Amino acid sequence: MARITLHRVAHSYRANPGEPSDFALHPMDQSWEDGGAYALLGPSGCGKTTLLNVISGLVTPTQGRIAFDGRDVTALPTRERNIAQVFQFPVVYDTMTVADNLAFPLRNRGIDAGTIRARVAEVAEMLDLTADLHRPAHRLDADAKQKISLGRGLVRSDVSAILLDEPLTVIDPHLKWLLRRKLKEIHERFRRTLIYVTHDQNEALTFAQQIVVMYEGEVLQVGTPRELFENPKHLFVGYFIGSPGMNFLPCRPEGDGVAVGDVRIGIGNGGVRRLPEGAQDLKLGIRPEFLELVDGPTPGAVPAAVRAVEDLGNFQIADVVLGTHALKVKLPEGFPVPGSRAHLRFPPDRIKLYLGNRLLA
Amino acid sequence: MDRPENNKAWLLVLPVVLIVAFSAIIPLMTVVNYSVQDIFGPGQRFFVGAEWFRETLTNERLHDALIRQVIFSLTILVIELPLGIAIALALPIRGWGVSVSLVILALPLLIPWNVVGTIWQIFARPDIGLAGRAINGLGIDYNYTADAFDAWVTVVVMDVWHWTPLVALLCYAGLRAIPDAFYQAAKIDGASAWAIFRYIQLPKMRGVLTIAVLLRFMDSFMIYTEPFVLTGGGPGNATTFLSQFLTTIAVGRFDVGPAAAFSIIYFLIILLFSWLFYTAITRIGEGGDR
Repeated sequence: MARITLHRVAHSYRANPGEPSDFALHPMDQSWEDGGAYALLGPSGCGKTTLLNVISGLVTPTQGRIAFDGRDVTALPTRERNIAQVFQFPVVYDTMTVADNLAFPLRNRGIDAGTIRARVAEVAEMLDLTADLHRPAHRLDADAKQKISLGRGLVRSDVSAILLDEPLTVIDPHLKWLLRRKLKEIHERFRRTLIYVTHDQNEALTFAQQIVVMYEGEVLQVGTPRELFENPKHLFVGYFIGSPGMNFLPCRPEGDGVAVGDVRIGIGNGGVRRLPEGAQDLKLGIRPEFLELVDGPTPGAVPAAVRAVEDLGNFQIADVVLGTHALKVKLPEGFPVPGSRAHLRFPPDRIKLYLGNRLLA
Repeated sequence: MDRPENNKAWLLVLPVVLIVAFSAIIPLMTVVNYSVQDIFGPGQRFFVGAEWFRETLTNERLHDALIRQVIFSLTILVIELPLGIAIALALPIRGWGVSVSLVILALPLLIPWNVVGTIWQIFARPDIGLAGRAINGLGIDYNYTADAFDAWVTVVVMDVWHWTPLVALLCYAGLRAIPDAFYQAAKIDGASAWAIFRYIQLPKMRGVLTIAVLLRFMDSFMIYTEPFVLTGGGPGNATTFLSQFLTTIAVGRFDVGPAAAFSIIYFLIILLFSWLFYTAITRIGEGGDR
């Protein structure tokens, strides 16, 4: 087990990277505490897998250093980093039995037969593979094969970290839920550093203590699910986390608030939060959950038009238009949606302001 | 089930039936027909039953040719398979080297078979051939036209040169089809190069290796042109393999009956061996399945 630190790590798959766009991973400093459960969240192609492979040593970064507990491992091959990694698609050794598959990482490291037997039995028990132990691995279905891959990742008791690269993508939804819980349990019991790559925010939110949001080769924000939800530091985080994502409205400073088109919106007695004079590209962000829809003129509310309401069972989503801008408002089940006299209220403490892509502090 | 009866469907399979009939069934039945008759000339034929089969099966020279044939086929399989796998593993994976090596590998396969025989016939000649002169120059007495062992070595080396590329290309295709994730998982699992070969590459090549074994076995079992051009079956009968022996009977002596009986036996032997190989290889792949 180890604390993993990345120091100015960047990677390009090109031989002679020049432009920033050549990089799959932009220079980053990042550390992963020993025993933490992290989710690496981001859309496909954002560099999650590259970052994971850099940590495990399958990819040597173009720049920067990686340290495990302060020891520089940048040049060390995968085998000597002592990392377990599980891939998106199941990898099983076809000609071996399930038991031999699970024992393989231990045998390769010359561990004695007694310990191997005990570890294999324990992991098989954990993953519900005991009945299949002596069957040939290629005979099992895709779900069971992925459990074997997972098992090979969990079987070593001395790993620095377990890296999981979208391991549950190919698994059937019901089993997915069970395995996710199992992984969480295993983490709580053994306290190994877990880094879990996913593009599914629900998976990330339920699984991890800390979520690392990546976009286009950069880490945008690291935080607890709550921090990401309430205080997204980047437009993308606001948009990507939450369902539906955050509303963004272009605005400009006006008086002690901001104006969206002709509509003035108060941003609280924090007053002009040091709004840069004549700031271009200023955006107001607010979660659909925090917007309030009221019937009739109310102090602090602005008139808006409700275009459509989607009933999603336990909540409703209203499509609202303010001036020329579309917004989504999340309303409780059975909430009477006002018609032509609808007004929107922006609770000042929930309003976030963004300059360019970044949150204004 | 309510299905309309419609015998017009037979018309749809008719073309295939005709093609198969003319290309396989009728020629084969002609051979069967010859094999049970003694034919002296047009209109002069007698039914002899299984006599030609009996005669063929007890023919000493045929036994010798069969043994030579089996030894030859096994020898080239034992050499060409490991060599082909080794070459496939050593080939570059990306870059300009890939096309260059693939083209070079494919060259021997593109040469007409009798030309292959001629090339080696000249190449190995002790008086003017590059290889023949060089070997004799090293102080080794080598002459494939006079010495049975030398002739054997030459025929085997020629076949290895000619056909190992096929095995290598098949294996290369098999290797390239293995997803990267397998190699990455093997690295994570700390597998040695040998373990990667034994547990990933070899099992994943099983399909192409089955094809390679069957193709190489059948082709080598029917080898005719190259040894015919190179050694003419000599010295003596040292390199006379089955098909050449068959040709001597059928064309050389025009004994159509015995030749037909021999053809049928030959065909059955190839069928039997191919089936044995196929079953054996597919069973190995199941890996002690229950």
